[in-house]
Amino acid sequence: MSARIEIRGLHKTYGGFEALRGIDLDVAAGEVVVVVGPSGSGKSTLIRCINLLEPYQHGEIRVAGSRVARGPDLARVRAEVGMVFQSFNLFPHLTAWRNVALAPQRVRGLPRRDAELLARTLLDQVGLSSQADKLPGRLSGGQQQRVAIARALAMEPRVLLFDEPTSALDPEMVGEVLAVIQGLAHTGVTMLIVTHEMGFARRVADRIVFMEAGSVVEQAAPEEFFTAPREARTRAFLQAIVGH
Amino acid sequence: MGLLDTFFNWPVLRESLPLLLQGLGVTVMLGAASIAIGFAGGLALCLLRLYAAAPLRGAARIYIDVLRSIPLLVLLVLVYYALPFVGLRLSSFAAATTALSMVSCAYTAEILRAGIEAIPRGQSEAAAALGLGFADTLRDVILPQALRIVVPPLTSNCINVLKDTALASVVAMPELLKQATQAQALSASPTPLIGAALLYLVLLLPLVRMVGSFEARHRAATR
Repeated sequence: MSARIEIRGLHKTYGGFEALRGIDLDVAAGEVVVVVGPSGSGKSTLIRCINLLEPYQHGEIRVAGSRVARGPDLARVRAEVGMVFQSFNLFPHLTAWRNVALAPQRVRGLPRRDAELLARTLLDQVGLSSQADKLPGRLSGGQQQRVAIARALAMEPRVLLFDEPTSALDPEMVGEVLAVIQGLAHTGVTMLIVTHEMGFARRVADRIVFMEAGSVVEQAAPEEFFTAPREARTRAFLQAIVGH
Repeated sequence: MGLLDTFFNWPVLRESLPLLLQGLGVTVMLGAASIAIGFAGGLALCLLRLYAAAPLRGAARIYIDVLRSIPLLVLLVLVYYALPFVGLRLSSFAAATTALSMVSCAYTAEILRAGIEAIPRGQSEAAAALGLGFADTLRDVILPQALRIVVPPLTSNCINVLKDTALASVVAMPELLKQATQAQALSASPTPLIGAALLYLVLLLPLVRMVGSFEARHRAATR
């Protein structure tokens, strides 16, 4: 199986701060990789580099063989990489179904009627068929994030990136969003998920990647990662999480 | 002759009213044309100012700063009386529309820029992540939200443009003020001037009230 995402020697600095210090990471087609680590370890920065929302100084990223770089191809590559943000980033002036239908209409050139049908089907899939005509401001956080997932799915991406999808949610809404994400795992789409939900990570991941201070410290299958971590820093991190 | 007879002389007012209404028509046309051209130009200028390559961006900023600094009356006189020396002779309507919209452009550009910059970065990131191009992002995501924010300041700018049309009287434009001073000279009474002032109020007070209610609604929404 060829790698869907290939990251080689990725370096990024903000001002004087080294956010990523040489990341090498491959993700296979259909694989579900969960990235964990303390705040400021570079997890979010890493996945934001994959669709070039963050520029980087050195290294190379390929998605399905195409290099991700500034230029005329960037929008095409981005259209194949769906992203779900911590703060949802729904378009507040558009109803839920229009949020989902916009990119298929504009980027794929779908006729309006087909785009609406697609949007309503996807909203139904995330359990929101009755909310399709509401503006995002009328929806709960969990519902907004599910709309955002439907919006990302509408472009039929080969890769889905989740940037702390439940961190901005009230606790009682975390479950409904995680359930939707778990339902997408192993349906063929490649997933890279940054999260602090360890139970979820253990359930859904094929592989856990642990990052600290801009580097990948350890990666392993979930059972091994949580029960027999090799690195001292991984053990310290897991201890700190379990400790409270 | 009493005060009322001098300032509110009914026969004089009735006689000058057709002239005043003609003037009001010209004022509204001049204002509407300048506002429309000013909006289109201001949008273009704002996009250059925000997104163009460095030299164009700099040129847009210089234009905006200069046009916001120069007194409109000076610009108007330059356009009408100085341009003919280089062979460009504009009618008084064209000269007034040019000067008014040149200035309105600059203010509109700054208002739109403030609106666009107020849209959270996550909006353009979400659009970029979906593969939307620059033009689609602007048209479908950024501008609809930015325009909503800037309706009150844009309305204020429209009020200013409409008020500034009175300056066109110095280039012999038969707008409301010019017609009023002419009627005043003919009738040897200040009543037409009062009539003109009242017509300006009829035109502009509702707009001023609108801005007030926008602001009240905004305060209520953000409380």
